This record gives sequence, structure tokens and C-alpha cells, in this order.
Amino acid sequence: MPKYLLLKHYRGGPDPYRPVPPMDEWAPEDVEAHLSFLRNVREVFEGEYVDAQALTPTRTWVRYGGPDAAPVTTDGPHPETSDLVAGWYMIDVDSYERALEIAAYVSSEPGPGGEPLHEWIDVREIMSGAPSDE
Amino acid sequence: MRALVPRVLAGLVRRGEDFDAAEDALQEALLEALRVWPEHPPRDPTAWLTTVATRRLVDARRSEAARQRREETAAPEPQPAAVAETVDEGDDTLFLLFCCCHPDLTPASQVALTLRAVGGLTTREIADAFYVPEATMAQRISRAKRTLRGRRLSRPGDLAVVLRVLYLIYTTGHTDRADLAGEAIRLARQLTLATEEPEARGLLALMLLNHARLPARIDAEGRIVPLDRQDRSLWETREIAEGVRVLQSALAMQTDSRPPGRYQIEAAIAALHDDAASAEETDWPQILAWYDDLLALSADPVREDPAAVLGRAVAVGHVHGGAAGLREIDRLRDVLGERHRWHAVRAHLHELGGDLAAAAAAYAVAARRATNIAERDHLVRQAARVRAASAAR
Repeated sequence: MPKYLLLKHYRGGPDPYRPVPPMDEWAPEDVEAHLSFLRNVREVFEGEYVDAQALTPTRTWVRYGGPDAAPVTTDGPHPETSDLVAGWYMIDVDSYERALEIAAYVSSEPGPGGEPLHEWIDVREIMSGAPSDE
Repeated sequence: MRALVPRVLAGLVRRGEDFDAAEDALQEALLEALRVWPEHPPRDPTAWLTTVATRRLVDARRSEAARQRREETAAPEPQPAAVAETVDEGDDTLFLLFCCCHPDLTPASQVALTLRAVGGLTTREIADAFYVPEATMAQRISRAKRTLRGRRLSRPGDLAVVLRVLYLIYTTGHTDRADLAGEAIRLARQLTLATEEPEARGLLALMLLNHARLPARIDAEGRIVPLDRQDRSLWETREIAEGVRVLQSALAMQTDSRPPGRYQIEAAIAALHDDAASAEETDWPQILAWYDDLLALSADPVREDPAAVLGRAVAVGHVHGGAAGLREIDRLRDVLGERHRWHAVRAHLHELGGDLAAAAAAYAVAARRATNIAERDHLVRQAARVRAASAAR
């Protein structure tokens, strides 16, 4: 059973299929519908769900600074187009096709006017740790 | 059975056993008890646990000695650590809390160790409460116990640290898991039996008075309901009554030379909220007066206690208007300007002052900075709600 990460992005990826304003500018009932979808999204893939996490948009790049030196960090500047991951679902499914199916469902979350967002989802297979039998 | 943990463990440690080994042995004894007691309930459970734990300790020491003999080192049988010299007759819980909240431990370790050694929770339960793998929590606990090894555990520790750790356990449970909040209340209640310190009672009162509102704080959909929109009929009146009683007993001990400490003051503020039959009836002038007392506890409240300054600004907003409140929180920009809470309070004060566009913008900024999904969703809703109201004008 391969595992996949379905990644959502704050920015980066293909051009949005349907550009929308930030959520705080939506009508309150559209916000409500969207959050309610997110609350219940797992039910669709209950037996396949492994984990879900959301990330804050704050990012710090850090690297080893050398012996006796503090870690070196940078806050940027990052190009506005650079990828910024917003969170993920981890799923354990029978096939790549099933992963795409779930990702498409995740992408159908309602946006302004209750219409699907068609958000691009980044589907990545997780490498398994154990050597295969073959 | 968990209620017996502090007594048995404190007894072992005071007898001179190593904290680390004693705690392990007691955990084993508890597992054994789970197996045996249903069929053969002991007459004296405390004595039973002590005996079994002691047997485990002796076994452990024997196999350790055997191992050392095999390695042909000329080590004598390890001696129990020197018996603690002056042992306060007082309460075992207090003694153990001081051990677990040792200042050399990190806050995360203090919390984990307190829950296990005083609360009697299993490593699994603690790991679940903090959403970390059980192995991670097991390592955190054994690292904490290693740190304590060789430390003198007989001297009384710092009660302020104990109170802080209990409050940390409570607030963790308040946002995530109700059972941790309940556990913190249970421990605080035990603590008040062991010490006369009014602040211990203040902390217990604060927890009870906040906990009473928990049923109204999250709706059936998992949404945060802010204080001014809560269904007050859902509040636990029994907890409020107990909280008020405990707070009064603490305040009764105050003297001119010893004014109420921060937990009593925060409890008094919580009591005033609990006392209002509706949000409109909240006694904000009185709350503001308590916040003045709270700020007076710090030489530099903006740096030392920014949360109190923030809370006071809300009270100022309700008493003197949103603009006055906003002037207050401007002082905090350097300290809290990056935090979502500062922006959320700013938004609330703008809304109070009638500037809905500014309120919506501030709620949106707060939402982007939130680190908790429920709070983030709540702030997005607030932004959308206020923006819609602003557009409708």
C-alpha cells in the first residue's frame, strides 16, 4: 500500500484555475461552507487517512553556522513566487489513481459563491523505508 | 488507584531510593495492580503498592549487581542514596511536585514528569495529550529523571514554579484536551490541602472559574465561541461557586504587607466575568481596577507581563472606549506586534470604536499569524463577519 502526501500551498504551483481573493474577504456564509467542508473532508477517505497537518505561513531558513557558531538564519528576501507549503493530508491507498481521486476531492472545496475552488494539489509518493521483496 | 501514586512514590524517595528507579518500580507495581486487584483486592492498597515497588527495586539492584559481577568490576552493592535529612512531615504531593518541578528541568519536562509521577498518568496518555509519539515522551521523561539523579530532593523548591507548571498543564488542556485541564485542577486541589499559600488557592480558583465556561466555549461544530457570545446557561454553576469560595478564602488571608498575587487577581477577574448574567452586564470598571493591581505587581509590565497589559487594554476599551484601548496596546507593539493575539485585540478594540474596516483588516492579519487551527478559523470568520457588516453600512 503506497503512502502519499497531498500538499496544499499558500503560493507556488501552476497558475490558479480559479483566482480568488483571500478568505477573509469572502461572504461569511462562504467561509462557513468552506470550513465545514474541511472539517468533514476526512470522512470520504476514512480508512485511508493517516495524518493531516496545517503549517503557519511564517518561514525561517536556517543552516549550520560552523563550530561554536549560532545557527545562521535568513528571513529572505524570497521571491514571491517561491513555493510555500500550507499543509498536507497523508493517505495510505491501493493505487496512484486512488491518490489522484482523493486529491481531486480535496480540491473540490467550496470557495466564493459556494463554487469549487479547483485548488491545485501537489501529490507526492512517500518512499517506503523497508527494502522490497522483489 | 492513581490517587495513591504521590503517597507511595514520596514514601520511597524519602526512604532514600533514587527518584528515577523508584518511579520506574512504581509504574511496574501499578501495572501489576491492574492485573491482580480485580481478583484479589488488597486490604491496604498503599502498602501493597509500596511492597511490590520495593521488591522491584531490590530485583533491579540485584540484577545490576550481577551484571557488574559478570563484568568483574569490584563494585559493592549500590547503597541507597543518603536518607533525606530534614523531611517535612507535610504532604507527599507537595514534596513530589517540588521534585518534578525542579528548576533544572525544562518546562516541557516539568509538565511531563508531574503528570506521570504525581498525576499517575501513563507515558502513553501523556504522549497522546501532547500529540507526540510515545517513544518521544518516554525519552523526555527518562531524560528528566536522569537530570534529577543525584540532586538533593529534600529541600523545598520554589512554589511559584510548581504553580506555573500546574497552570501550564491546565492551559494545554484548555485548548486541546479537557482531561488535562481536569487533571491540573485535581493536582491544584491536592496542593491547596498541603500548603496555606494563598496563591495556590488563587490558582485553583482561577482554573475552576475558567473551566466552568468550557462547555460554552466550543460549539457542536467545533467552533470557538467568544465570551460575549457564549450561552451562559451552559456554564457550570457548581464550579463557579467553588471557585468563588476558594478565591474568597485566599483573599481573606491578604494583609497590607502581602497583597493578592497574580493568580488571585486573575481569578477575581474571571469571577467577575462569571458573575455577569449577560455580556452587557459585565462589570468592566471593576475588572479594570483588578488589572491595575495586576500591572502593579511588575516593575515593567510591558516587558515582564505583556499579557496583563493586553487584557487591561480590553478593559480600558470597554470602560473608556475603543480609542483609549488602542492607545494602550500601542505600547505593546514592539513586544507583541508579531503575535496574533495582539492583532486580534486590536481588531476587537477597532470594532468597539466602530471602525469596522480597520477591525476587519486587523482580524485578517491576526488570522495569518495564528498558530492554532481553531483560533485561525475563528479569526477568519470574525474578519469576514466584520467586513460584511462594514460593506452593508
